[in-house]
Amino acid sequence: MNFINDLLKIIGDFIAGIINSIFGFSPFLADLVTMGLAAVILCTFAALSFMGLTYVERKVVARIQDRVGPNQAGPLGLLQPIADGIKMFTKEDTTPAAADRWVYNLAPLVIAVFALTTYAVLPFAPDVVGTNLNVGVFYIIAVGSGSIVAIIMAGWGSNNKYALLGAFRTVAQLVGYEVPMLLNVLPVVMLAGSMSLVDIINQQTTLNGNPGIPFIVFFPLSALVFLISGIAETARSPFDLLEAESEIVAGFHVEYSGMKFALFFLGEYVNALAVAFVFSTLFLGGYAGPVLPPYIWLLLKAAAVFFVFMWLRGTLPRIRVDQMHNMNWKFFVPVSIVHLVVVMALLKLFVTNPAMAQANGGILVTPGVQAAILFTASMLILIGSLMIAARRARIMRLQEEAVLEQRRAENIAAVSA
Amino acid sequence: MRTDFAFVGVMLVTAALLMGVTLVAASLLRPKKPSKAKLETYECGMETVGDTWVQFRVQYYILALVFVLFDIEAILLFPIAVAFNSLTFFAVANVILFIVVLLIALLYAWRKGALDWE
Repeated sequence: MNFINDLLKIIGDFIAGIINSIFGFSPFLADLVTMGLAAVILCTFAALSFMGLTYVERKVVARIQDRVGPNQAGPLGLLQPIADGIKMFTKEDTTPAAADRWVYNLAPLVIAVFALTTYAVLPFAPDVVGTNLNVGVFYIIAVGSGSIVAIIMAGWGSNNKYALLGAFRTVAQLVGYEVPMLLNVLPVVMLAGSMSLVDIINQQTTLNGNPGIPFIVFFPLSALVFLISGIAETARSPFDLLEAESEIVAGFHVEYSGMKFALFFLGEYVNALAVAFVFSTLFLGGYAGPVLPPYIWLLLKAAAVFFVFMWLRGTLPRIRVDQMHNMNWKFFVPVSIVHLVVVMALLKLFVTNPAMAQANGGILVTPGVQAAILFTASMLILIGSLMIAARRARIMRLQEEAVLEQRRAENIAAVSA
Repeated sequence: MRTDFAFVGVMLVTAALLMGVTLVAASLLRPKKPSKAKLETYECGMETVGDTWVQFRVQYYILALVFVLFDIEAILLFPIAVAFNSLTFFAVANVILFIVVLLIALLYAWRKGALDWE
């Protein structure tokens, strides 16, 4: 059982051992080669999961919409990703004559590289992590916003009006939804006392006298807002208005074809999967779980989160630009700030560490009670803010209807006169 | 600490190499038959008129300003969050005051119509 649990770590040690013993590198070179191999494995994992996910997503969305989905290439259409890959490789690639060549050609590379680099800090099992940065969460959000640079490069470099309009929209959206994302990572960092993803997972396991409660119980509101802003950050449906076909053709990647388009696609999927991984790490306890080996637990949780993404894509229509901005700036940001203030006050009022209670004052409670208090507060904020939003929406709708009614009456009066 | 970030560098280089290789491989495999019509800027079959640099909405600019405000707030708050357990109640009260001031700033921008998208 131990062997299966530590499988990834054992394989890693085995490969590192072989490299060291056979080639006899100097310590520096051995380090470099091991890191390079780990990087190649992580990139390959991300690229392969991209291929798998395109197939799974098409099948699941087809099921939701009562279609069959890909079923021609191979049994059940399983070879569809390979067929797509061959097509992407052999498709003619046109660069518009008016394009800014350097920027145009570099943009897909930049988006794919930034998306893959996110995986450097994701912990897959105990001791199996590319690198345990002490600023892990911050790093992921920083690298994740690298795709904004790539998108503005693509929009500018294409020298196409649709592409530029799409790029403007995208940047406004991605930049805006970064704010609630940051504000809702803060409670998790506060409770864990660290930005390292490994430390955050350790706080959610039963090791070291921790209660083993996943952080979603402490911060359900944060989890919800983080999930929705994650979907907006990766520009997936229903937030895919940057590639609204009916308005701006395909947005920033209208001029791209062949492998360059495939890299944009890869960047999008790899980013979405990274958000699923980060969500399961921050709020669902990461690889922690009973019976099954840790990496299986992480994959199961990430798959469940990604299924929610596909589910939303299959059911919701695309939202409008003004709705998107209103939802962010007039709902998520104020609610997140209020939630943050309440969480700060409650975490100082109800402490679990006796030494802290002695030093700073505050009421000593067990972790379970603390979780219950924070859960209730979060839910109260969520329900209260939704009620306020519903009230405002009703008032605005009534006003609009009154204006329409008045206009109709004026029209009738004008006609009869 | 140094090796922690070294991996990020290695990861960047590896990802760039792998993706670069796929691009080069595709450029070797694919056909290349450019023609004048193919290389035109796509605009639903019409010829493009005028400059690409269309005027953009001023709201983008205002939203970017609001974003900068909150991004800097987040950068200030992350160190506080890491050190949260060792902060005294008084320090936390100060931080809350700081956040509330920012909330008032957001409400002011909202009131002024900076967040409206028409």
